[in-house]
Amino acid sequence: MDKLYTTEQNDCKLIKTKKEKIAFLLNYSKSLKITKAKGMQFESNMN
Amino acid sequence: MEPQIDDSQLIKSYCAGEEKALELLINRHNQRLSSFIYSKVNDREITEDIFQDTFIKVIKTFKRGTYNEEGKFLPWVMRIAHNLIIDHFRRNTRMPMYDGVQSFNIFSVMGDDKLNIEKQLIKNQIYADLNLLIQELPPDQKEVLVMRMYQDMSFKEIAENTGVSINTALGRMRYALINLRKLIEQNDIVLTN
Repeated sequence: MDKLYTTEQNDCKLIKTKKEKIAFLLNYSKSLKITKAKGMQFESNMN
Repeated sequence: MEPQIDDSQLIKSYCAGEEKALELLINRHNQRLSSFIYSKVNDREITEDIFQDTFIKVIKTFKRGTYNEEGKFLPWVMRIAHNLIIDHFRRNTRMPMYDGVQSFNIFSVMGDDKLNIEKQLIKNQIYADLNLLIQELPPDQKEVLVMRMYQDMSFKEIAENTGVSINTALGRMRYALINLRKLIEQNDIVLTN
């Protein structure tokens, strides 16, 4: 049987999510409006 | 140095409409959450996607006013991320994705649907040959074949358009195909790609 040679990957890497992604989340938060009516909730995105 | 504001305080501010508080919250936990996700999925892009989905859920919960885990923001966010990671792996078990970083390269067993240039040329040649052969057919058979194969008409429509019965149209199509095969055989034409 063939030997499998795999490369070890470092699982403890410290990484950060990019600024663009965070900017997207902040914009999403600004645009999201939740309206409540008669016990129901409606989501709307206002760009 | 800026005094550290509690997570719970930031959440209250955000729920009160202070968008800046969310930015502080995200930036505060960015590295920890991203590294946590990355340690499980080992892929930068998937990490960012899960990070984004996690915070979308967080934002929705805050805006709906259903958040009630005061003082335990990070464990709650980690739990959401953890569930999304499980979802990701479940989805991938059903639809496995290979990135080809190791010795196995997916492109060695998988190609795209498009024909390469050579096959495209052969295909064009076949169509051109076939077109010439169709011109050799008797007019009534040619008419039915063109309507059926090139204009995608049903036999009912063909019958109506040519003023014959459906059975006649079907018969003409049958003879058109028989004659085409004969022509191909007689002329030793190979029509395969």
